[in-house]
Amino acid sequence: MSTTSLRPVSRTPDVELSPELLLRIHDLMVKSRVLEERLIAMYKQGDGFFWIGGPGEEAFNVPLGLLVNKGRGLQYDYCHFHYRNSATLLAMGADPVNTMRQMKNTATDPYSGGRNFVNHYSIFEWNVVPVTSTIEPQYVIGVGTALAQKRAGGRGITVVTGGDAGTAEGDFASCLIWCSRPANPLPMLLVVTNNKWGISTPWSGQHGEKRISDRGKSFGIESKTIDGNDPEVSYREISAAMEYVRSERRPFLLEAMVSRLYGHSSASGANAVADEADCLKGFEKKLEERKLLTRQQMDDLRHKYAQELQEAHRKVRQEPQPKGDSIYQNVFLDRDKVREGR
Amino acid sequence: MSTMVQAIRMALHVAEERHDLTDVFGEDVGPPLGGAFTATQGIKVAWNSPLDERGIVGASIGLGLAGCRNVAEIQFCDYAFNTIDLMKLAGLQTWSTNGDWNCPMTIITPVGAGIRGSIYHSHSFDATATHIPGFKIAIPSTPRDAYGLLLSCIVDPNPCMFLVPKALMRVRSQPGEEIPGEPGDERALSKMIDAPLGDRAKWQPQWPDTPDIFIPFGEARTVRRGRDVTVVSYGRTLPSCKKAADELGQEGIEAEVIDLRSLHPYDWPRIRESVKHTGRALFVNEDTEVTNFGEHLIRRTVEELFYDLLAPPRLLAGAFVPGVGLSDSLEMASVPQLPRIRDAIRQVAQQQA
Repeated sequence: MSTTSLRPVSRTPDVELSPELLLRIHDLMVKSRVLEERLIAMYKQGDGFFWIGGPGEEAFNVPLGLLVNKGRGLQYDYCHFHYRNSATLLAMGADPVNTMRQMKNTATDPYSGGRNFVNHYSIFEWNVVPVTSTIEPQYVIGVGTALAQKRAGGRGITVVTGGDAGTAEGDFASCLIWCSRPANPLPMLLVVTNNKWGISTPWSGQHGEKRISDRGKSFGIESKTIDGNDPEVSYREISAAMEYVRSERRPFLLEAMVSRLYGHSSASGANAVADEADCLKGFEKKLEERKLLTRQQMDDLRHKYAQELQEAHRKVRQEPQPKGDSIYQNVFLDRDKVREGR
Repeated sequence: MSTMVQAIRMALHVAEERHDLTDVFGEDVGPPLGGAFTATQGIKVAWNSPLDERGIVGASIGLGLAGCRNVAEIQFCDYAFNTIDLMKLAGLQTWSTNGDWNCPMTIITPVGAGIRGSIYHSHSFDATATHIPGFKIAIPSTPRDAYGLLLSCIVDPNPCMFLVPKALMRVRSQPGEEIPGEPGDERALSKMIDAPLGDRAKWQPQWPDTPDIFIPFGEARTVRRGRDVTVVSYGRTLPSCKKAADELGQEGIEAEVIDLRSLHPYDWPRIRESVKHTGRALFVNEDTEVTNFGEHLIRRTVEELFYDLLAPPRLLAGAFVPGVGLSDSLEMASVPQLPRIRDAIRQVAQQQA
């Protein structure tokens, strides 16, 4: 993949990843893939009204989750994700069963209490701000958390993720303007995972720009396009970009080329597609060649997670739905319920 | 005796000094201009943003999520219509997460007609604002209410909208309605907190010592007592309703006038009590009349007070046309004016059931 870097990032991204880290990444990629496949199975069995997620983006999203500085408050990273970041959440330590609860819209769903679609996370204690179905406002909302972090000092940054099609929205352009203001450049890592699709519309027919990352050039934003299907490349590049944003307190635009393995969502059938590169298969081939894992070990791992989540599915199915009369709860937050840091 | 714009400025100063207000921002909000209406002159935490309303509202939400109490200005509400989905998002942060997040933020924006602002400086926003659940919405008609309502918005942990009737921005407090601590002499106050024309580089405001006043949301104010008809209004049309009621008093028609002050939550108990007493109700505002907030109040009046009514409740609002035309005659015909308000009150008061 080519680079459009204007200035060299502060750390050369050529370090070797340890075998332990590679195995951890693999484990999380498998877990994430199995979770998404379980969610699709839930949808097809009638245990959820709608599925949308990120199978095919694990090679990028797992390293992203491992590198986020997770915590509460301005010294930790603020995460403005979109609905394809399930692997990022798992890498941050989220419980996959909670995603299944949101899929089944149960009262026990900790992200929305059964109010929102699956993979629309919200974790106050980890600075994971509410995910919305609307495309792209996270880029302008991220400006606000980054403003607060810039003022606070330290190394906390704002991470925003979105897809390629959404960059056509004005909010993406707004973000490029706001994060690169000479009066106050902002510590934002802007991620675009480019799967070359906008629901059913191919990127190639709608976008004349060769690379989305090229748009950063006009604003003096450090920018790069990488192979997001390679977890080692992703880990190194995210790490370098984050280090730049943390230390320079300036934005970085990172475009990751990824695959979309089950279409846009259940609206397009949620069926496996054959003509896209599968990052997990590619990574497993490497791990096997390097003798870090055998095929049998990898099959066993997948089987273990599949069994765990199948069992969790049975339990989640029994959990209560929210009560209808709860709709008026939490329209506003009472002053006495404001937690520290709000 | 402050104007509304001076009262807003003093409230912002109190909030930046005592209530952790971290940011006041928008187009031309920072120095040297200090706001298109001068409402942010001398505010230390005021800064200029790009000319980008979606960026302004988005940044406001993000600051709120980061725990920063902020006031984001849309220079005219006419330019807020492309931000409505972001406002929806702001109103959703707590509900969609079942109480996990909250978002302290205030959107301040001038609304309504009255300054011959033509099509794109005369829109109202109350009908739109009241279609966005999750916001608390204030609209003052006096400088003191502007001061106390804005402070309530700023310290609230939820998204708030502060709609400023632009026609009332230069109107001064009535005697007895001053903000405690402000100089009684308008020239003295101006010298203290109005930036001079020309070079302002070395100018520093001298703020009067004004207290915390928090006017609660949902607490209307009865500005005139009366037995014959209840008139519920807010914003620009409120002073006209009061004046019309005073004039009709000379005809023997005693109208009770209620200034709603906040549109969500709103003071239904006060409306109910008054209408039960008078049996007649007129709702007056200047937003377009179809799916108007006054229609909601009429629906509730009919549903809950039907057997107390002596005449059909009525709405006097803006004409349902795409804009307010520039010509004087067009603006006068588009939004309620004193003569039409007076006639409407009289008709409701005298209509036989």
